[in-house]
Amino acid sequence: MESKDNLRVPGSQKPLVIEKPTDLTTIGGTVSVEINEKKIIVPLGTTILEACKMSGISIPTLCHHEDLCVAGVCRICVVEVEGMRTLQASCAFPITAPMKIKTSTPMVRKARRHIIDLLLSEHYGECYSCFKNGKCELQTLAKEYGVDSYTFGHLDKPKYEIDKSSYSVVRDMSKCILCKRCVRTCIDLQEVGVLEAVNRGEKTHISTFLDKPLSDVICINCGQCINRCPTAALRANDPSDEIWAAIDDPKKHVVIQTAPSPRAAIGEEFGLGAGHSMTRELNTALKRIGFNKVFDTNFTADLTIIEEGTELIIRLYKALVQKEKIALPQFTSCSPGWVKFIEHYYPEYLENLSSAKSPQQMFGALIKTFYAKKAGIDPADVVSVAVMPCSAKKFECNRPEMNSSGYKDVDYGLTTRELARMIREAGINLPEMPKSDFDNPFGEASGAGLIFGATGGVMEAAIRSVVEFVLGKKAEDIFEKANIIPLRGFDGIKYLEIPIGDKVGPVPEIIQHLIPNWDWLKGATLKIAVAHGTANAKKIMDNIKAGGKFSECHFIEFMACPGGCLGGGGQPIPTTPEIRKLRAKAIYAEDESLELRKSHENPHVVQIYKEFLTEGPCGHLSHKLLHTHYTKRGRYIA
Amino acid sequence: MEKKNRKGSVLFSEYKRGEGIKKAITAARENILFEIRESKLKGRGGAGFPTATKWTLVSAASSEEKYVICNADEGEPGTFKDRVLLLEYPELVFDGMVIAGYVLGAKSGILYLRGEYEYMKKPLEDYLESMREDNLLGKNILGKKGFDFEIKIRMGSGAYVCGEETALIESLEGNRGEARNRPPFPVTTGFLGKPTTVNNVETLASVSHIVIKGGEWFRKYGTDKSTGSKLFSVSGDCEKPGVYELPWGTKISELLKLVGAKDTKAVQIGGASGVCVPKSQFERTLAYEDIPTGGSIIIFNEKRNMLNVLRNFMEFFVEESCGQCTPCRIGNVKLLEGVEMIENSKYTFSYINQLKELGRSMQVASKCGLGQSSPNSFISILENFKEEVFSGNGGTNGK
Repeated sequence: MESKDNLRVPGSQKPLVIEKPTDLTTIGGTVSVEINEKKIIVPLGTTILEACKMSGISIPTLCHHEDLCVAGVCRICVVEVEGMRTLQASCAFPITAPMKIKTSTPMVRKARRHIIDLLLSEHYGECYSCFKNGKCELQTLAKEYGVDSYTFGHLDKPKYEIDKSSYSVVRDMSKCILCKRCVRTCIDLQEVGVLEAVNRGEKTHISTFLDKPLSDVICINCGQCINRCPTAALRANDPSDEIWAAIDDPKKHVVIQTAPSPRAAIGEEFGLGAGHSMTRELNTALKRIGFNKVFDTNFTADLTIIEEGTELIIRLYKALVQKEKIALPQFTSCSPGWVKFIEHYYPEYLENLSSAKSPQQMFGALIKTFYAKKAGIDPADVVSVAVMPCSAKKFECNRPEMNSSGYKDVDYGLTTRELARMIREAGINLPEMPKSDFDNPFGEASGAGLIFGATGGVMEAAIRSVVEFVLGKKAEDIFEKANIIPLRGFDGIKYLEIPIGDKVGPVPEIIQHLIPNWDWLKGATLKIAVAHGTANAKKIMDNIKAGGKFSECHFIEFMACPGGCLGGGGQPIPTTPEIRKLRAKAIYAEDESLELRKSHENPHVVQIYKEFLTEGPCGHLSHKLLHTHYTKRGRYIA
Repeated sequence: MEKKNRKGSVLFSEYKRGEGIKKAITAARENILFEIRESKLKGRGGAGFPTATKWTLVSAASSEEKYVICNADEGEPGTFKDRVLLLEYPELVFDGMVIAGYVLGAKSGILYLRGEYEYMKKPLEDYLESMREDNLLGKNILGKKGFDFEIKIRMGSGAYVCGEETALIESLEGNRGEARNRPPFPVTTGFLGKPTTVNNVETLASVSHIVIKGGEWFRKYGTDKSTGSKLFSVSGDCEKPGVYELPWGTKISELLKLVGAKDTKAVQIGGASGVCVPKSQFERTLAYEDIPTGGSIIIFNEKRNMLNVLRNFMEFFVEESCGQCTPCRIGNVKLLEGVEMIENSKYTFSYINQLKELGRSMQVASKCGLGQSSPNSFISILENFKEEVFSGNGGTNGK
């Protein structure tokens, strides 16, 4: 993450980051520590927690999270350091001098046990009636430390009302243990800052602005706080009961679309390590659960590339040739967290946001029009579910403008975690499922749609098509195996220039009615950028505002979540940089294994423009079904 | 700001405004640091960190910007000596800050004034203005080329925890008053991330005298490990409450006699976060090596109910815990509940012992001094006044 220098983080939570020396052989580059009488040599500035990990000692943590700045508030990770009167929080203590550490003394064990007992005394509810049962970090610790009674009592009634106001995030503050991971996620990681601790002492609680319901503050619904909450204080708004009811209703035709990121991560919910794609096993499981049809969101991801790419070409043509005043750079709009972020924080830039809907919403509109007609089903009887890595998708499908089919285009957004639970509830062990294909008429989609799941993926998919459109050459001739490596990886902000050169190709048939030729692009350089996590998005937006280098860009991909969709707020918990890396690897590997890797080559996409969207990309029907508009929300909600 | 005729051999001894600054700027910085080290002056806020060590670390830190912060948050229950120093001896405090600025190479000083002392803000600002007029503040102080120093007054907002130096710095930066993780310490990473010394009002006042009269003179008073004198804020059951200057090493019994305390049952030393000393220990001394204190002395006579006393302290901590770390936030609530159980005769000794154990964990596992010291009175009152507290009638035998 590139957000460690963020000034909004209170100093009490600012980590002491000691630059670890690059050359460890220099004098003072390393320091020797003795942990439980075993000596090890660590780079200067290593925290006690890291040093313990290096010597194979596990230290319990609650407030610590790899993605976040240090808080040092839960105190569960305390250890004894020789010569110090008090115990030290190992997560917050950087080693700069030789020291002797003991991690399991009577004092340490007692203090940890006391902390767990204290947390349990203020933590409402019983584990067996909690959705986090088996995945709660507090529960795990209680088990490890042999808690068999509530030493300091237990709450008999909830302290706070559950806030269910948001379509995306449910807050049950009676289960909060005040580790402040959510606060740090919101302020530091995402730079949104909706949550903060208020009051002091026992009255301390995590609050929104003036304790308003979450739906009434500028929450972007990214759900990153959910992914980092150690207990059940934060969860996504779960629609699975309604979905079961629809499945059980014989009159309803229930279809589900699956996005690439849940498929790359859902295995983790079934005990597999990160990085196992379950795409085709999932198809079978969904059918067995009772969904009538399973569609591939990548189909509309491909469609998004065509629509959004065409929109970009139109914008560029208007700006460069017709000299019209038109908003550039164009921003991607498939991340609903990002969309709400820009609506709140940079409403003056909504013109830059592509009007193309996200793949989820495009699919929703097509299912209740094109598909329902083709299948001969009354759209009123179709229940459309989308399994997404995302909590913001729940808000997105409830936006009032998202009913261009005449019905609510997508009825329910379901997270990876919720779907995994439904599958388990149906008695299915996903990894054991036989593989099966997606249903027609949408069928299989391209690898370009698939890589939407990783940061840089939308841009890579777009560029694969754009270079072929403009240059008339194969993407493989420009980028090895059509892999655009500079757009991959987890750098917070990525930037790439693609010179067009003097040779351009013929205008493809599908957009011939929009532009006559490519001559106007000769000699131009396409400038593109990618940002993931709204903290990085903010950096780019501020740079654009200040007229910096990103204001010269033509197209910028923004994803609200760190890592892109694969690190989304609906994905399996835990999330760490390592886990996100493995999920990305699975997605890129699946892309490379496919024959079809470019959106415009997807035969089903070509077909739908012939058969249904006959005016072509950005045509009238496209605009009605596949494009949308945005709301200037601003930072204040009345 | 009128001076009362206070008696004392060190702090209340003769001192003329500006003379410490005048002498300091003619000396080398190292020499002043040397004198302070010689004096063995320790922090007067209660923690007793050697001042010379703190200043050496700040002066050694390489930074263009450094800060001198005077901690006048005086929030410990039963303490009011800083108020006396600021109102009656501001020259000692502010001269001390200017001297610190000179020694450390800092250009800014901040007086962090307790929120309840807002009425002192105007007179103190007037005083600073008069120092400016006499070139004791500002540019090229007293003609010393390149020695610039300014003092600003910033108000606290009534949070006890902001007396803890890193929480104080947080508060100055406009954040929630919460203690920081240490390391890093303020001496390297303090206010706005710059090297900062945070010193108690009384510590800085002592420095002014030491500069004039020397470390050896200072060391003549007090004991070997606790040099100089200490201001004690005496309150409670006695005839003559008030601020007293006494050398370190004074016995509790001597102090009680001096202030006219009769039928004394217990003395709370060090405020709510201090310890409660029973009669049997009145021959102990007030000194860093025996009973260290920031100067709060609360006297309880035979009529007082010690459980009430304890309840009062625990309520204070439940209210004043900043709430960030688990042991302090929840632990203090549990200790207070324990007091209520005893009051209502609804306790078991095994549970009370568990609470004492909890208190011991809080002392070592809390993030800052607040939680580390809040169980002190719980443990000391329950141990030292066992018979009264557990008398079986709910602890209401205070008569």
